[in-house]
Amino acid sequence: MKAAAFDYIRPETLGAAITLLTRHGPDAKLIAGGQSLLPALNLRLSAPGLLIDIGRLAALRGITLADRTLHIGAGCTHAQVMTHPLIQRHAPLIARALADVAHPAIRARGTFGGSLANADPAAELPACALALDAVMHAQGPAGPRRIPAAEFFTALFETALAPDEVLTGVDIPIQGDTQWGFAELARRTGDYAMVGLAAVARPGTIRLGWFSVGQTAILAHRAAATLTEGGPLEAACTALADDLPAHDDPQASAAMRLHLARVLLRRVVGAWGGR
Amino acid sequence: MTSITLTVNGEPITATIPARLHLADFLRDHLGLTGTHLGCEHGVCGACTVRLDGAIVRGCLVLAVQADGCTVETIEGVSDSGEVADLQHAFAARNALQCGYCTPGMVLTAQDFLLHAPADADRAAIREHLSGNYCRCTGYEAIIDAVETTLNARRTP
Amino acid sequence: MKFSDPTRPDAQIGLARARPQARALAQGRGTFTSDITLPRMVHAAFLRSPYAHATITAIDLAPARTMPGVVAVLDGAAMADLCTPWVGVLTHLKGLKSAPQYPLAVGRVRWQGEPVAMVLATTRAQAEDAAEHIMVSYDPLPPVVDAAAALAPGAPLIHPELGDNLAFERHIDTGNTDAAFAAADHIIEADFTFARHTGVPLEPRAVLADWNEGAQRLTIHQGTQVPHMMQTIYARHLGLDESQIRVISPDVGGSFGIKIHVYPDEMAVVAASRLLRRPVRFVADRLESFVSDIHARDHTVHARLAIMNDGTITGFDIDDLTGIGPYSAYPRTSAVEANQVINLIGGPYRFAHYRARARVAFQTKAMMSQYRAVGHPIATSVTEGLIDRAASHLGIDPVTIRRRNLIPDDAYPCTSPSGMRFEALSHHACLDRLLTLMDYDALRAEQASLRQRGIMRGIGIASFIEITNPGAAFYGVGGARISAQDGATLRLDAAGRLIVQASVTEQGQGTTTILAQIAAEAMGVAFDHVRVMLGDTDVTPYGGGTWASRAAGIGGEATWQAARALCAQILTLAASILQETSGNLDISGGAVIDRASRAERITLAELARIAYFRPDTLPKGIQAELIATRHYVPREYPFAFTNGIQAAWLELDTETGFITLLKHWVVEDCGTVINPMLVDEQIRGGVVQGIGAALFEQCDYDAEGQMLNASMADYLVPMAGEMPDITIAHITTPTAESTIGAKGAGEAGTAAASAAIANAVNDALSPLAISLATIPLTPARILAALQTGTGRAGGRP
Repeated sequence: MKAAAFDYIRPETLGAAITLLTRHGPDAKLIAGGQSLLPALNLRLSAPGLLIDIGRLAALRGITLADRTLHIGAGCTHAQVMTHPLIQRHAPLIARALADVAHPAIRARGTFGGSLANADPAAELPACALALDAVMHAQGPAGPRRIPAAEFFTALFETALAPDEVLTGVDIPIQGDTQWGFAELARRTGDYAMVGLAAVARPGTIRLGWFSVGQTAILAHRAAATLTEGGPLEAACTALADDLPAHDDPQASAAMRLHLARVLLRRVVGAWGGR
Repeated sequence: MTSITLTVNGEPITATIPARLHLADFLRDHLGLTGTHLGCEHGVCGACTVRLDGAIVRGCLVLAVQADGCTVETIEGVSDSGEVADLQHAFAARNALQCGYCTPGMVLTAQDFLLHAPADADRAAIREHLSGNYCRCTGYEAIIDAVETTLNARRTP
Repeated sequence: MKFSDPTRPDAQIGLARARPQARALAQGRGTFTSDITLPRMVHAAFLRSPYAHATITAIDLAPARTMPGVVAVLDGAAMADLCTPWVGVLTHLKGLKSAPQYPLAVGRVRWQGEPVAMVLATTRAQAEDAAEHIMVSYDPLPPVVDAAAALAPGAPLIHPELGDNLAFERHIDTGNTDAAFAAADHIIEADFTFARHTGVPLEPRAVLADWNEGAQRLTIHQGTQVPHMMQTIYARHLGLDESQIRVISPDVGGSFGIKIHVYPDEMAVVAASRLLRRPVRFVADRLESFVSDIHARDHTVHARLAIMNDGTITGFDIDDLTGIGPYSAYPRTSAVEANQVINLIGGPYRFAHYRARARVAFQTKAMMSQYRAVGHPIATSVTEGLIDRAASHLGIDPVTIRRRNLIPDDAYPCTSPSGMRFEALSHHACLDRLLTLMDYDALRAEQASLRQRGIMRGIGIASFIEITNPGAAFYGVGGARISAQDGATLRLDAAGRLIVQASVTEQGQGTTTILAQIAAEAMGVAFDHVRVMLGDTDVTPYGGGTWASRAAGIGGEATWQAARALCAQILTLAASILQETSGNLDISGGAVIDRASRAERITLAELARIAYFRPDTLPKGIQAELIATRHYVPREYPFAFTNGIQAAWLELDTETGFITLLKHWVVEDCGTVINPMLVDEQIRGGVVQGIGAALFEQCDYDAEGQMLNASMADYLVPMAGEMPDITIAHITTPTAESTIGAKGAGEAGTAAASAAIANAVNDALSPLAISLATIPLTPARILAALQTGTGRAGGRP
């Protein structure tokens, strides 16, 4: 299938992009890497009147480390993030998770911010952002604001971004003694997972970010609290039943998904030892 | 309609195109570069793989207007330059293609692997790198063999 | 001929020649139908039914006609004036019924995806834009999704005029089956389910039709396996003479049986070209491919096996039910698959008592018909699944029970209880070779040792037979104009090079290459000096094309015979030029030689020069004829059966239900191997399609008849990351029917791979006494069985 017709504009600045977004409202869509949007356009599942291309904005690029905070520009491609020395050193969870994101040709175009802003519940990065306690940088007509990851993913393909806001980057706090783990169960290499876990242990807190478990990526608070308090792994597995929504889909029933989530939790946290 | 200027296989191109045209259709229908194939148009099969500014991409998941100012290389370009002659020879010698419809995308993806392969790359690494390119004919083993043969030959000085 | 002797002169048969076409294809220089553009060409897009079953109450085409770029918009009524309907029945499949099918639905739609209206526009995008503006009103009717429900009393009738939803039913009964089961020491019983899947060739279906009003000729480029059959079909339904139609099959991007059927949208494209007097191209997009390409399988089989305490099989009792969608496919019908299932069950084994029923039901789902290894995976999975269950029940090794029951290699010729005639097979030799190849005993020891550590691995074995080289028994006797014979024309050109034109076709299998090898050896010329032309009804002799693993065995033999005839003509001419007796001459190395001394007498290039440019120097009465045509069809046996055996080795994660494929082996006997590399790659590709069926592929339908996973993101095909390496070996039992002795190999891989995988999964699960009989074996199915302990093998003493 061929996409329905639309207009296209590539503004030179972030400010111009926000102005266009404000002016055109819901008829406009942002495009960066386009790796989720283009399939939707080609399948005519989405038919915006205007695409605003922010893929080349320098303001959205760059990966930096300052004040024990890693900043990832929203426009960085998965390939750039995955191979960046700062990411590999300070956020190896992200590098590991990106290895499971689709395939090289997709990772060459798809962007870090695009994946977060798309808020696909089956995507790896939202769960990573939750587990890493990331902070989203948004910019709109009223200026910049910061949104904690835990408040960002609001519903299926929905975020806390206002319709005229652009996700510009993500801050990830760096903790030197972090333990982390990542696992997903996908039928084939690069497929969306049936269930997946991004887990981070920091002094005094453990975060378990789950994907492909419901309408959004979620943090499993009860299971994490059990682990944070030093409780046994099996108690955390039990607690998952309260954390994860009952979500059936053609690949797995809710009961099977809970079972698989527990398997992943045992494997990931079990590998940390001491439980 | 939007005007774009880009370099395709080393040739400067200027064209006026509708915004909705994806890069693979632009290459095929406007430039006659029919070696770039379409298998699904939703980014899954890999038949439309081309290089954009040096990186492999799905031609159906890039708008032609997004390639404005960029450098595009297709199977025709890398064939004529001789860049992948050894790989193509290995494909033919090993019968790593049957109908040949996936092959241009497979060759470009395999070349991407070969250009960036770590020293310890093995068959599993080849399989993983090619795991987003669908081939219905071969069952993949001959393709993996051909890429492995080329990898080993290029490693030998 | 002794093709096993590698020292014979001009040896080509048996060499692993690389395919010359592969070089062009690897450079993206193939020419596929979707690559071809003609002046004034318009693009077709179809509006398809969103309902599985509905009455069309109104169609308004007007809004679409005013859209930019639109040339024409047609509905079923308009199309019915251009193209007559067809009915997919064959007279030898007694009782098979179907209803007239039109290019575009008339009055009623019967599956989600059925074409309802067609837009022709300057670009495909514009055609799609306009299709969105066609207004169709539907009055939904009850969907008929499940095959068993379709046959239940009171089921909604898909074609009321047919009286019921039963398209076809066939029974086989050798007699005394009940007595045999009563006398059996054990009865093994299981209910097998095989999901619907589909071919997913990477190049979607594509057709470019060009009616030239001035010339009164229709030229059709089409990705098809059967150009001559399509020529006949177009003539018949468009009211043209066959001589007005040329069908060209350029490079075809995969087919596997998908591109052998008559599709309503393709008929509409050809009819529209005639209406518009200009070229019309249609390339199915992937979404419409999933709901309009032929689907495959979709069987439930209730199966019983009678067996004695010593492991001797005494009988099979089979009840197969399949759903084929709303029409029997044209012109091959959708009854052949079920027919083959019951023909082939038990095929590798010696047993006396057989009762089988096959029922074929209409449904409101996409049409089901022939796809690679028609019926074979069902028959093999049922047979081999029962045998493994019997071995497990009796506590004997899967190899031992097969050894006991496989037809002895010295028992041929013989006839199976279902009436299949076997010329010569090699089940025991294949089994022996397999055990060596996979080091069976060591693998079993490794499996046992890993089980101690909680690692669950399984070995699955599946013997099989494959129907190849079919004669007219398949279709011709049923009244279809589907040729079982094929022809080859060979000519020596003015440069002394050989040109082969043959009616079998190429979709990447290597047909072109093996015909060149055969021609080169039969003629005594270099491989590089042979050019092969296929896939053009204006150019090649008339023939059936490529299907049912027949191109090498039938087209290859025709090529051999034509080459030998041309040799005789050349030697006659050479004898005249050389003043020699032709019996003293031979051809080798591209030259006429002295038969005794092997010394060169005259090159073929020089002979051609004289023949074409200096005929004045030839003796009076000698006219050089450097072209010969031969046709061939096997007559002794209706089919040349091949046989083989496969084994799978895999690991099962009992926590997740995920399977890791570790290794796969195939030992196969296709008679004379013309090109071992190409044969092996046919088998590998076929195995992986079988693995797809075993683990991944299914067309998911909901209760409303909507296909839920009609995209490549949701319909899972096998990809490189999960497939195993496959080791292949051959036993060679040539057929005595032909000079070459080649039988088919194209479907052997698919025939038994899913059975081997399923048996391996059940072997891995055997310590838990769980057995699954439904494919694909998804993690969900495996986990459900693990958690409930269901799916245990049905066996009673």
